[in-house]
Amino acid sequence: MSSTTGLLATRRLILQGAASVALIGLGNLPFGAARAAANDKYPEEAFKQKSEADAIKALYGKTAEPSDKIKLDAPEIAENGGVVPISVTTTLEKVTSISFFVAENPNALAASYKIPDGTVPSVANRLKMAKTTNVVAIVEADGKLFSATKEVKVTVGGCGG
Amino acid sequence: MTIRRRDFLRAAGAAAVTAGLPRLARGTDTASIYDLERFGNARILHITDTHAQLNPVYFREPSVNIGIGEMAGRPPHLVGRAFLERFGIRPDSADAYAFTCFEFEKSAARFGRLGGFAHLKTLIDRLRNDVGELHSLLLDGGDLWQGTGLANTMQGRDMVEVANLLGIEAMTGHWEFTYGEQALRDNLERFKGEFLAQNVFLTEEAAFNDARAFDKATGRVFKPSTIRELGGYRVAIIGQAFPYVPIAHPRRFTPDWTFGIREEELQKLVDGLRGKDKVDAVILLSHNGMDVDLKLASRVTGIDVILGGHTHDAVPQPVAVKNASGTTLVSNAGSNGKFLAVLDLQLAKGKVSDIRYHLLPVYSELLKPDPAMAELIGKVRAPHVTDWSEKIATPDRLLYRRGNFSGPMDELICAALRHELDAEIALSPGFRWGVTALAGQPFTLEDVLAETAISYPETYVQEMPGAQIRDVLEDICDNLFNADPYHQQGGDMVRTGGLNYTCTPTAAIGSRISALTLDNGKPIEADRRYKVAGWASVNAQQGAPVWDVVAKYLRSGRMAENKSSGVTLRGVEDNPGIAGQG
Repeated sequence: MSSTTGLLATRRLILQGAASVALIGLGNLPFGAARAAANDKYPEEAFKQKSEADAIKALYGKTAEPSDKIKLDAPEIAENGGVVPISVTTTLEKVTSISFFVAENPNALAASYKIPDGTVPSVANRLKMAKTTNVVAIVEADGKLFSATKEVKVTVGGCGG
Repeated sequence: MTIRRRDFLRAAGAAAVTAGLPRLARGTDTASIYDLERFGNARILHITDTHAQLNPVYFREPSVNIGIGEMAGRPPHLVGRAFLERFGIRPDSADAYAFTCFEFEKSAARFGRLGGFAHLKTLIDRLRNDVGELHSLLLDGGDLWQGTGLANTMQGRDMVEVANLLGIEAMTGHWEFTYGEQALRDNLERFKGEFLAQNVFLTEEAAFNDARAFDKATGRVFKPSTIRELGGYRVAIIGQAFPYVPIAHPRRFTPDWTFGIREEELQKLVDGLRGKDKVDAVILLSHNGMDVDLKLASRVTGIDVILGGHTHDAVPQPVAVKNASGTTLVSNAGSNGKFLAVLDLQLAKGKVSDIRYHLLPVYSELLKPDPAMAELIGKVRAPHVTDWSEKIATPDRLLYRRGNFSGPMDELICAALRHELDAEIALSPGFRWGVTALAGQPFTLEDVLAETAISYPETYVQEMPGAQIRDVLEDICDNLFNADPYHQQGGDMVRTGGLNYTCTPTAAIGSRISALTLDNGKPIEADRRYKVAGWASVNAQQGAPVWDVVAKYLRSGRMAENKSSGVTLRGVEDNPGIAGQG
């Protein structure tokens, strides 16, 4: 498989997750993602789930525990709910995937990234958010699941003092 | 107006409040009100949220300023008598009049107007002379360039001239951004001080397109901090602009910039200033609003004092907040030029060893206006004075704005919107600026502009379903009463005309607003569409500027209806952020 088809697969994965990706801090994304995407089936069932718990279950088949080794960077109040910049970096070892869930979006799973061996576990993307809700980042590391959560407020705006 | 020296003398009370205990008495003549005991080796003077009020004003502090959750009953969420008791201020004193709504009308006649830049100039110069050169610094916390017809017409250019003469050495911003990047940059070219903002960054797109920035590496649009030598020690001043500019105002004014509280970047900055630059003190010049600053002080370490603004809270004593590495003092210095904060520091190698803080009311009756500043104010006002000084009404009641839910000034604006635009319901933004007008005094176009002068004043009329109206109220109410201060924007509740409702501030979003009715008592139906008029929309609108609408209404001899605010509060019966009277 060439890297071009890999990129397309990655793009499809991201777009179907209702997210656009900012190519920042992804290290050798094209080749790494190409391999990962080639090896994994598109998680159609997980993207169809409504709730965050069901989506995590469908994607990973297990539950996550909170970890302070995950840094989830998101605004307190979104400047534009259509494109909310959200990023994750982690000091966890042996990271194999990073996924983003928006609890009260119509479908909770927004994006899922495979992190190949030797890649810096750092993902920045923009998520579309329908309303104020928790954003949950799941990091899969050494076969275990870890999470970080932050509430992001989405407001109609106006009326600043 | 005669100087009511006797009133001030009798009233000289307890409000020369320091970070320690309130002083029990002041000196025996009026001048001594501003004689501060010498303390420490550096003096920082702080004004904030003056909203371009060049001349002295009446400004009634709120009778409703509710704190929710951890903030309930704590400064700044105290009003009236509860405020006076907390800070040991005598109810009949001048300071009670300056700091609270207590018996406002009676006291306004006794003590007169506060603020004014010529009066501020006199006071500032005096307090700087007291400590000598190289020992003082003058800071402005933002909202300096907006709030009057003049400032709006000149996009803040008038205030830059005034700031230069006043001697402001560093400032940060909020409404300054609403004139757009070009006007802001033009003004900053002329400004002799520094504009500081650690929390304004280029958007990724703007950075990619090589937009102008102070630091391309970090994407910071403005210089984040400055280091000044005071009394032989190095003091770092960090600027914190209003974090929610593109949310609270139309995005089109700042398309290339992204804001936010930016705790992590702030912590890095503080650590760098302490570690690499070896400063002896770190001051945050903040436009976060007081609740946000109190939370920030508990999480970011290494800041000695936060000199705060935005929420217009005149708090006589800073609040000490503990965090992982020490204590940070958090202040808020009121609005409209009513107050000058004086922070006296005892600096030592690598630390602040002691502090005195005074929030001095600027009694215009006790201060001789500075001649040079008075001349400059006259000069900048001259081209517009004639147009704007025509009397268009004589209010039959006290007109004030400030308060969480409503005030007679906004009831008047809502009445004008409904009448002139033929709407069932009017919505008017819960701004905290806008001065107070006394009953029976001439009300001019300049006065109307002092309540409405913004860079997006266009009115609108649109049909909205009842459900949407309720959603809008819920959304704005959450900006005010979210239990997490970082989710608050620092304005007050949107004002409604023709629409009554019950509010439960302690409830969660979606459950605070209930029992919506029209003025005729009919319940608002979720599916019915209502004709709604308003102004200051974050979306571009085409209607006449709101000041024209209000002026037309007043010229026809009308005033607001005599009725209650239309808001019933629930669940906050014992909250000391609500005054029983005044």
